[in-house]
Amino acid sequence: MGKMLLADPNRVDVKIGALLRKFETKVRVYPPGTCPITAQLSFLEASMNQTCGKCVPCRDGLPQLAEMLRSILNGDATMDTLKEMKSLAEFIRDSADCAIGYQSAQDLLDGMETFKIEYESHVRDHICPSNVGQKVPCVNLCPAHVDIPAYIALIREEKYADAVRMIRKDNPLPTACAMICEHPCEERCRRNLIDDSLNIRGLKKYAVDHAAADKVPVPKKNPSTGKSIAVIGGGPAGLTAAYFLALMGHRVVIYERHDRLGGMLRYGIPNYRFPKDRLEEDVRAILDAGDIEVVYRTEIGKDLSVEDIRKQYDAMFVAIGAQRGKKLRMDGVDAGNVESAVEMLDEVGNGKLPDYTGKRVAVIGGGNVAMDAARTALRCHAEDVMIVYRRRREDMTALDTEIESAVMEGIELLTLDAPKRIETDEKGNCSALVVQPQMIGPYRGGRPSPVDADKPELRIPCEVVLIAVGQDIVSKPFEEFGMAADRGVFRAGLDTAVENLPGVYAGGDCATGPSTAIRAIAAGKVAAHNIDEYLGYHHKIDFQVEVPVPRENNRVPTGRANISERPPYIRRNDFEHVENSFTHEEAMQECDRCLRCDHFGCGVLKGGMDE
Amino acid sequence: MIHVTIDGMQMEVQEGTTILQAARGAGIHIPTLCYLEGINYVGSCRVCVVEVEGMEKLPTACNTPAEEGMVVQTMSERVVNARKMALNLLLSNHHRGCFSCPSNGACELQELCYRYGVEESTFAGARKQIETPPVEGHPFLSYHPELCIHCERCVSTCAKATGREAITFRKTGMFGIINAPFGEDYKDTLCESCGNCAQNCPTGAITEKRKKKYRSWEVSRVLTTCPHCAVGCQMYLLVKDGKIVDVEAADGPSNHKLLCVKGRSASFDFVDSPRRIRTPLIKNKETGEFEEATWDEALDLVAEKFTDIRDSLGGDALAGFACSRSTNEDIYMLQKMVRTAFQSNNTDNCARV
Repeated sequence: MGKMLLADPNRVDVKIGALLRKFETKVRVYPPGTCPITAQLSFLEASMNQTCGKCVPCRDGLPQLAEMLRSILNGDATMDTLKEMKSLAEFIRDSADCAIGYQSAQDLLDGMETFKIEYESHVRDHICPSNVGQKVPCVNLCPAHVDIPAYIALIREEKYADAVRMIRKDNPLPTACAMICEHPCEERCRRNLIDDSLNIRGLKKYAVDHAAADKVPVPKKNPSTGKSIAVIGGGPAGLTAAYFLALMGHRVVIYERHDRLGGMLRYGIPNYRFPKDRLEEDVRAILDAGDIEVVYRTEIGKDLSVEDIRKQYDAMFVAIGAQRGKKLRMDGVDAGNVESAVEMLDEVGNGKLPDYTGKRVAVIGGGNVAMDAARTALRCHAEDVMIVYRRRREDMTALDTEIESAVMEGIELLTLDAPKRIETDEKGNCSALVVQPQMIGPYRGGRPSPVDADKPELRIPCEVVLIAVGQDIVSKPFEEFGMAADRGVFRAGLDTAVENLPGVYAGGDCATGPSTAIRAIAAGKVAAHNIDEYLGYHHKIDFQVEVPVPRENNRVPTGRANISERPPYIRRNDFEHVENSFTHEEAMQECDRCLRCDHFGCGVLKGGMDE
Repeated sequence: MIHVTIDGMQMEVQEGTTILQAARGAGIHIPTLCYLEGINYVGSCRVCVVEVEGMEKLPTACNTPAEEGMVVQTMSERVVNARKMALNLLLSNHHRGCFSCPSNGACELQELCYRYGVEESTFAGARKQIETPPVEGHPFLSYHPELCIHCERCVSTCAKATGREAITFRKTGMFGIINAPFGEDYKDTLCESCGNCAQNCPTGAITEKRKKKYRSWEVSRVLTTCPHCAVGCQMYLLVKDGKIVDVEAADGPSNHKLLCVKGRSASFDFVDSPRRIRTPLIKNKETGEFEEATWDEALDLVAEKFTDIRDSLGGDALAGFACSRSTNEDIYMLQKMVRTAFQSNNTDNCARV
């Protein structure tokens, strides 16, 4: 026997680490609009390069699959090539020894199904389908396609009001998005190739912190068209549509069932995440845009009929959101102090704070609403707040940062515990939540699903239960009016038009199911544009803001500046905003990290920027 | 004992039996290429795949243990197609210069491709671009990478059967390659030149160079015992036109299809040497030259001289030493003669190393 050695700290597997992390990032930030067949080839080549070289299917078969894929991309393939590729991939899937072989083949087979159209386009026409073409990542991934590089450049030039104008070109709620946007724009930021995503939301917050939206004049509206449009619901989708329609010169009437505008931004998101005085800034600016009337405390379908509204106006935009908390079916769910989290937050939005002094609160659910409800309960003096969720923490749909903030404030996460029933005291009030411990099991519908663990039930004593397991749409009156819906979600096209009802449009949560503010804003923008076209116009709005000339890319790897928060032990006691602002240095450094993809790379090409 | 059904035949086998062993025990043929009983069961060639009810994949019979209630199909359409695809891929990277290959007619890849009707590969081999030149610096052995199917039989043979680990598996980027120590520097390697790798190579990739001098169908095999040490390895002499041309290890109780360098490469080429002594010789005292004699003359002379010494000086003046190339039986006879005829206990031999 030779000598026995410890692992060499300079061995290649250690040295390769940095390269692989870069590789991982490169894959994660794949530019939007890339040909999926090239991505499949890169993936397949990465797979085949991982072969140990032992077995025939993997070591000899994967390179042949790659060769076939290359021939497809080269335009040398026929439909028979697809058949041969499928049969070779099936052989590898069935007979390879380890996952390097069989899973690579399975992934190719899956891709052949998913990208069927793209494969056939390459084979038949030797070209990608027309929708393939690289786009600027942040602009593309923002549902409202806000010109992000432009407003970051304006912030860098310290032109904050212009930055707000630039945002409002596509999104009239810059303050809302500065505070609570889930920022899909940051996901594939090209800056990752050097260090990390830009903190886009942080910069937007810096802009609105220095130029309040209601202090930045809105563009001049077009002459009145004489057309009037009903917007049902004054949430982000409705407000956005109203803003753009008013600027185009149309008269807009918003029907809002609450006392105030904002929808879930006001009645769903607690003040500590988005202070209501800041929401007012956006609302005031929007109402300044033109001829907008708001009819408060009026619920369409209840106070006024949908049909009458449709008859009164030239067009109608339905943006009623998903307002009703889903119920859980379990014993004791009707007990006292068992509430829907959405309704509790709605009350809080109306200024009616519950008093949880001395009470233990259990929140059921793992989404952002559950986090909001739990953190709000804490601020309503609850003795103890816990979040009960039947899956694992990593399966929660809430943003990581929201979960983290809740935990930091002292909220306990009870994961892998499925609610079974609620026990009541002699007065019929909730006294405990009984849960059945779970174990995580096989994937169903793309997510691992929990199954009952072989463990006894657990009794969690509590005086309040808040249920945050999703929201429903109050769709019935609209369905009766003739709007088609799937399980309450209105069926509207990508243009937000409702089929078979000319002039009726729907968007936001009511047409997608509960989702993000920025998706609702995008729907409002799209609806306004298409309603204008429907009414026979083709309005353009002059936003009067110019994009600064780009500076040279700063290639020095620099850390991403994060927004700091007030200390958890202080902030958990009040409803004041938890986030701090960037300092000037932080904001400028962050701006300098922007690579101006609108100018460098595909952004200058026709079609490189989404509009 | 566990119960399995293979191709509809129910059987009872020992726990731990592989599907391949179970099938072979029942006379059901499953083809193999990389498998070598007791030595190589890495499952690299995938030619022995079978279909098992309830299993998503097609498992390799050579290294999948039979399990209670298993229902196996060895020749279903799916299985046959998979084998054909595996052979198709193997063939894509195998140079088909069969006419000039010393293993022509004895090549297991050739045989399987023939049996499964795989005449040409439908693929252009991916690894042809990275091929390295043949390794031929060794006096007996050579490695031709262009014929290699990377089954690992040689690597496992060298590591497990011979115990040398002289042949290793290396990587050239994504491809694997056999690092065969048959270059000019073979003496500096761990290789003992035993040639067990060559005998176990399923193709013509590793061969004894002398194999070029005959075709597999021209030889007959004669089973014999190795003439060297007393281990008693069983081997076949390969005979072409009345002459020994090569040696192959036989499955003897002491050698199990293995031979050492002496047995394989130093056991037969002297047979036809012109310098070989073919009759007894007696030295003519007057001329000092050896002269041919009959066996009777030679034996009479030796017996007389030994008897004289024994009778005049006693048995202890004599000793008998057997040659290590003798068989155990011959050595036994020699010591018997020393003890009974010489009346001496002075007897030994060098055949214990």
